[in-house]
Amino acid sequence: MKWVMSLLLLATLVIAAEPIVIGVYEPMTGPYAAGGQMTMEGIYLAHEQVKEVLGRPIELVLVDNKSDKVEAANAVARLIEYHKAVAIIGSYGSAVAIPGSEVANKLGVPMVGCSPTNPLVTLGKPYAFRVCFIDPFQGTVMAQFAVEELGAKTAVVIQDIASDYSVGLSHYFQEAFKKLTNNKKSVLGVISYQTGDQDFTAQLTFANSKNPDVIFIPAAAYGEAALIIKQARELGMKQIFLGGDTWEAPEFLEVGGKAVEGSYFSTHFDTEATTTPRAAEFIKAFRAKYGKDPSAFAALGYDAYMLVVDAIRRAGSADPKAIRDALAATKNFEGATGYITLDQNGDAIKDAVIRVVKDGKFVYVTTVRPSE
Amino acid sequence: MNLTLFLQHLANGVALGFVFGLVAIGYTLVYGVVKLVNFAHGDIFMMAAFFVYYGIVLFSFPWWLSFLFAIFLTALLGISIEKVAYKPLRNAPRISSLCSAIGMSFLLENFAIVVFGGRQKPFYQPPVLNRTLNVWGVRIQLVTIITIVVSIGALFFLSYLVYKTKMGLAMRALAYDFDTARLMGINVDRTITFTFAVGSSLAAISAIFWALRYPQIWPFMGVFPGWRAFTAAIIGGIGSIKGAMVGGFLIGMISILLVVVSSRSRQDTEMLSFLLCWSSFYSLNQLVCLVKLRGK
Repeated sequence: MKWVMSLLLLATLVIAAEPIVIGVYEPMTGPYAAGGQMTMEGIYLAHEQVKEVLGRPIELVLVDNKSDKVEAANAVARLIEYHKAVAIIGSYGSAVAIPGSEVANKLGVPMVGCSPTNPLVTLGKPYAFRVCFIDPFQGTVMAQFAVEELGAKTAVVIQDIASDYSVGLSHYFQEAFKKLTNNKKSVLGVISYQTGDQDFTAQLTFANSKNPDVIFIPAAAYGEAALIIKQARELGMKQIFLGGDTWEAPEFLEVGGKAVEGSYFSTHFDTEATTTPRAAEFIKAFRAKYGKDPSAFAALGYDAYMLVVDAIRRAGSADPKAIRDALAATKNFEGATGYITLDQNGDAIKDAVIRVVKDGKFVYVTTVRPSE
Repeated sequence: MNLTLFLQHLANGVALGFVFGLVAIGYTLVYGVVKLVNFAHGDIFMMAAFFVYYGIVLFSFPWWLSFLFAIFLTALLGISIEKVAYKPLRNAPRISSLCSAIGMSFLLENFAIVVFGGRQKPFYQPPVLNRTLNVWGVRIQLVTIITIVVSIGALFFLSYLVYKTKMGLAMRALAYDFDTARLMGINVDRTITFTFAVGSSLAAISAIFWALRYPQIWPFMGVFPGWRAFTAAIIGGIGSIKGAMVGGFLIGMISILLVVVSSRSRQDTEMLSFLLCWSSFYSLNQLVCLVKLRGK
């Protein structure tokens, strides 16, 4: 009898040691590389802090989606079918997160997006969630800022037609801008380029000929945004440039240099405007590990990981369906970027932060709360 | 559209066209001699930009020395790629070296990701070159003007090289027939090595001017200019040096014009349809064109 007991004990130990796999698909290479790598800094930090759940170790598996739509779908399928991930985290860039969430949803494994802001990432997909706000809000925030703070009456939008993020954000900005200025013709022009383009002089010459007060550039890739502004300054353009959350990358400052000074963009997090006690702990730990301030993407990566672990704990099992149900019931989860409550679409409702480029740094300007 | 605006678009088109043209000549030179579309050309181009970057960052060379250093290293890289990837396949069917070229392209890209990292790096712009000229309201980059001068210079240099020197004679002989050329006492290996060295140096020069204009470099930076230059080389009749320059000029102009004409353009698709029209036009006039190309 005794040996049966010990065998049973051994068996439970062996089962208990079986790790829970959380899959991550983020762009480590390609035009979105900086975004993915910044997100991973946050995820690695979170994994270092919480390595176990339900008494089982957590195994983090990263697959590079190469900033590519097809690769993203393959990455998620690989994580679920080969690595047996019970939950997926990712990805920076709505263009890659949309095919990713499609696959995760089809295979019935919950996915938590860190920073993809296009509504289509989660819309109609019960297994897709995210810890950030969405573009109808982000577009409104920037339009409101342009009209109310900068006194803009006219705008031109330069969008990346190959990116779901860019086209979506451009659309919501235009809608909000027209409404706020009470003028259906206040958006003087919308002009497109395509991911990978490096020469924007034609688009900019067009934009300049309209002579707008502000130019909105919802670029999917920060490097391209920096090049657009740089080339605009070379063409002698003096307008104020506005953008979205993708701009927050060191590359934007390095490539843009002096040209990007005084440009405003919206983002998710700022070390100067935190709303939760956990944020302070996160910033402290992040500085200790990396010796620099965390980016919004690192903070969102941290939150996404913590939320998934919390959901597994609440579900009390590593079954994807149970984790999904726990995620859907998330209320007032305390993250580094704020309190996260997921709505019926699986989207978080959170504040947006506006930052400006000043002396080669990102500087906090203001926080905008979502209106009811 | 007023005159200044028109001239500005024209200047933009010319600027872009000459950059594409410069990349395209490298493509076309190698094809003209070895009859191989060197798909790794765009990636050799990328490596050159990184050589400049590391020359400045790692060895703190002054920028001009770093440029020369990069051109030299890239020429060496081109020669070694030829030795490793193309030479063993010289007598194999042409498709094999084509596959090898594509493989080389992937190898270089992934090598760059592993060694240099996947993130974009800023390319140093010397303050001397980083200036904008204002000509009657039309703004032109100083780099653009230098690019045009260098492109035309390269064109003349290559024409001289191919048509006036002994090495050029050997290159032209190879373009017709390897075996006969060998029978005539031409050192085939040395001539091909030389061709690759020149082609790769051209890739390096075009990479430098590209990066001065669009100062971010990353492992896939060669893909976009590579494809555009390839298109340019085809439009100009691949193998023809002057044709490549004209092709590059056309592609640059069309890229700008497409945006001017339609604000929602998807350039790649339209460029492809343009290429299709062009090639059907080609097949109609195939005989005439071939005769013309051979006649050069």
